[in-house]
Amino acid sequence: MKTNDLILQTVVNIVFFIIFIYSIYIFFAGHYTPGGGFVGGLMTSSAIVLLLLAYDVKTVATVIPVNFLKVAATGLLVALGTGLASFLYGVPFLTHAHGPVHLPVLGEVEVASATAFDLGVYLVVVGVTMTIIQTIGETE
Amino acid sequence: MFETVMKLSLLILALSTLFYFYRLVKGPTVPDRVVALDAIGINLIGLTGVTSVLLKTNAFLDVILLLGILAFIGTVAFSKFLEKGEIIENDRNQ
Repeated sequence: MKTNDLILQTVVNIVFFIIFIYSIYIFFAGHYTPGGGFVGGLMTSSAIVLLLLAYDVKTVATVIPVNFLKVAATGLLVALGTGLASFLYGVPFLTHAHGPVHLPVLGEVEVASATAFDLGVYLVVVGVTMTIIQTIGETE
Repeated sequence: MFETVMKLSLLILALSTLFYFYRLVKGPTVPDRVVALDAIGINLIGLTGVTSVLLKTNAFLDVILLLGILAFIGTVAFSKFLEKGEIIENDRNQ
């Protein structure tokens, strides 16, 4: 007998976006308050796990057409790039800078280059967690 | 006075967690244990909230939302395992 998961799927359709926005908030709050790339990545991957629970692996792969191994590799490259970028200014590896930057929509914003490193951590955590869970879920 | 009330509510929450733990250990069926675990998670949220009031900090408010999300995901995963025998299906249309 096939079961009908209407309530679960309807709840997950709404809750997914709440968890995703919360993970983005945690990622950007990491500089001054508790949070950061690691917890933010874990929350994003738990939102995708909730989608995997309500639907199945194939549906989620069509909704989010991302190869999570490549996401992890991109995160490592971003983290390495922020470390190597300090060589352009003749300072030691992983030296971080901060200062006001003019962004198109937001205007004058104080940006630290540690955010880019945190973005690398975020991508690695999302990629590794989702790769582990998808690999376990796909085995028959 | 205020601190006493907060400590009293901490004590009550801890006692109710203890009774949920009894249901977790003793529970005759697996769904009993799942419901007990879910309720322990929710009690943990209350304990975190009262503790952050006692410590006069708002650094733990993220933890409250986090615990709520994790308790929900864990309970859904357990329920799906009990219902269908597998947590993540490969293709549900087969």
